[in-house]
Amino acid sequence: MLETIWFLLWGLIWGIYFMLDGFDFGLGILLPFVARSDKEKRVIYNAMGPFWDGNEVWLITAGGVTFAAFPTTYAVMFSTLYTPLLMILFALIIRAASFEFRNKIASQSWKSFWDASLFIGSFTPALLFGVAFANIFQGIPFDKNYVFQGNLFTLLNPYGLLGGVLFVALFLVHGSIWLAIKSDGNLHIKAKAAASSIWMFLLVIAVVFLGYSWFATPLYKNYLSNPILFILPLITVLALLATRLFIFQNAFWKAWIASSLTILTAVLFGVVGLFPNMYPSSIDSTLSLTAFNSSSSPLTLKIMLGVVLIMVPIVIVYQTWAYHLFSGKIDEAMLSSKESY
Amino acid sequence: MDPVFLSRLQFAVATLFHFIFVPLTLGLSILVAIMETRYVRTGNPEYKKMTKFWGHMFLINFVVGVVTGITLEFQFGTNWARYSKYVGDIFGSILAIEATMAFFLESTFIGVWFFGWNKLKPRTHAACMWLVAIASNLSAYWIITANAWMQHPVGYEIRGGRAELTDFLAVITQPYAITNYLHTVFAGYIVAGFFVMGISAYHLLKKNEISLFTKSFRIALVFSLIFSIGEVFMGDINGKEVARLQPEKLAAIESQWETQKGADFSLLLIPDEKHERNIVELFNIPKFLSFLAKGEWNAEIRGLKSWPPADRPPVTAVFTSFRIMVGLGFLFILLTIIGWFKRNRLESSPIYLRIMLYSIPLPYIATLLGWIVTEVGRQPWIVYGVLKTADASSPIAGSQVATSLVAFIILYSGLGVIAIWLMARHAKHGPETI
Repeated sequence: MLETIWFLLWGLIWGIYFMLDGFDFGLGILLPFVARSDKEKRVIYNAMGPFWDGNEVWLITAGGVTFAAFPTTYAVMFSTLYTPLLMILFALIIRAASFEFRNKIASQSWKSFWDASLFIGSFTPALLFGVAFANIFQGIPFDKNYVFQGNLFTLLNPYGLLGGVLFVALFLVHGSIWLAIKSDGNLHIKAKAAASSIWMFLLVIAVVFLGYSWFATPLYKNYLSNPILFILPLITVLALLATRLFIFQNAFWKAWIASSLTILTAVLFGVVGLFPNMYPSSIDSTLSLTAFNSSSSPLTLKIMLGVVLIMVPIVIVYQTWAYHLFSGKIDEAMLSSKESY
Repeated sequence: MDPVFLSRLQFAVATLFHFIFVPLTLGLSILVAIMETRYVRTGNPEYKKMTKFWGHMFLINFVVGVVTGITLEFQFGTNWARYSKYVGDIFGSILAIEATMAFFLESTFIGVWFFGWNKLKPRTHAACMWLVAIASNLSAYWIITANAWMQHPVGYEIRGGRAELTDFLAVITQPYAITNYLHTVFAGYIVAGFFVMGISAYHLLKKNEISLFTKSFRIALVFSLIFSIGEVFMGDINGKEVARLQPEKLAAIESQWETQKGADFSLLLIPDEKHERNIVELFNIPKFLSFLAKGEWNAEIRGLKSWPPADRPPVTAVFTSFRIMVGLGFLFILLTIIGWFKRNRLESSPIYLRIMLYSIPLPYIATLLGWIVTEVGRQPWIVYGVLKTADASSPIAGSQVATSLVAFIILYSGLGVIAIWLMARHAKHGPETI
């Protein structure tokens, strides 16, 4: 029971991370395509300015709870995904540096350098997180000594790549909507156009991914034996459709919430399909790590449950307050102030 | 290529680099919060200018600390999988608590603080900086508790080939964690104090913004004086804990080869690890080592030879780091006491100001050496007495680690150079008019 609760919390925390940092990634990838002038670029930076750091802590929490609640999964997952994981971390480092350093020097080449870093630093994690999760859904080739039998290219198989493209598309839509919320004028129009057109692409990718998953993964097994669970992917689909509707109606906050729900439930769809596996082996299914064979002691699970159930709601309260405080559009006054990116 | 050695090297590079930025965060957050509180109390715009100037420095420094911290958390899994599996029950929990309790607070409110100057009442805005300061210092508590558990594991039982938690309270309140914590944060306060004094000294020498930088200097001086003195006491208490709980680390720190009652302390000593002796032992203070380590002149100090060579930490590195750290610690007291007597005539003390400017790196060096003593001194154990470092790594290829190590070095060098260059540039530029 405790393990099951933790398994769901684990999925939920990863879901919240992708929901929040997802729009940052989307904006970073979008930057070279929608922003022309320095001013437009700075609108994009400042649109995520007060939030990206707090959002990234959800990743640290996701890593931390994996370590605390499922140490064996943490150990095997992180060591077998060594190269992609370090690439993600390096990308996150240059992304953070882009935020903090770009506006410190007036030179054009300096700024272009950091714009490129922001793009790489956003695209790499978006793609590789998708690749990693899709591969986990399929099973990872690790043997009885927990040695990964393959290399980075083993993970870049068609289904894995499709997972990566799906993540990128989800985040691009999510980020475009956020930009529409935070910007005015020409940039706002471009953001809306991007959200609408990428949404079409996302729809296609999502349908293909769901279909491909039927053949490439055992994800649907839990759903077929427990059809009530189909409500989860149903919410994902409805939220995705609602996203389009709200974009069309220029109701961008609603669109953003719908898009958030899409990402959150898409992650949960995969995680619930995975249960009780957390990190299945494609070499021998008896080696697969599950919520039950990789968890911490009941005492640790209980204490950590207490900590998480108290602290996470508090975090959500003050982060919501921070989002509310900076919910306005990025205006001239903000861009001309020294306290901006 | 040996993955264990390379992983150790990688972890050392990543941690030491991380800890160039962390101590300044710990102390400067408090100093900036004090400055802003003065602004709120007095309404004097000079304090606002001061807050913004140092706050700007804080932010450049902070971001590097944040992003290099993430790689540390993940490296336990990537490079130390056997360790993670073995201790996740306890060690992993503490890291997760740190994230939910402290790191969220710190990262959310630093964003609110930077972007919120015109959105919040001055009082609320200052409170945000206090939250950042409290959260970073709370964050340090959890991290040091996790590290203290590696130095002196408590509240666990070995079951099914791993350490399982049996007493949570024992883990998070063990005295070793508390003494280590105070020793570490005090070091951070000294780093920040000297940083502010050094940069203020630069501007005072240039006769630039004299009033603002005199005030900054004095705030930092009081802070540094208190914690430099406090640090020597904490160091002493912590040293006695090392003597009690990790006797081979103490023996390495003092390069003590033979077990002795009433052991002497040599002011000048050169270890010769190969021949298990000291080449030079000069200016002996009789029985002083026993007194320092145990508080009794005739107490027994266990010598390194009483452990098999494979169980001893490297002596030269630990001994040398420790001696330089302690020497610097006393120098900080001296410099701050001189500062105390010169506090009302700083501008007319150019030599002192110049010394303080060039002293900026010294507390950093002392802090990093302290970590070398702590971590190298724990070897060959990763969890003292429970798990050896050699048995803790991931089943990964050496070539993989070699590649990532090179990437780490290139990326971190670039990041470090840019961050320090930007900070130096801002420091020289001085506060702009608001």
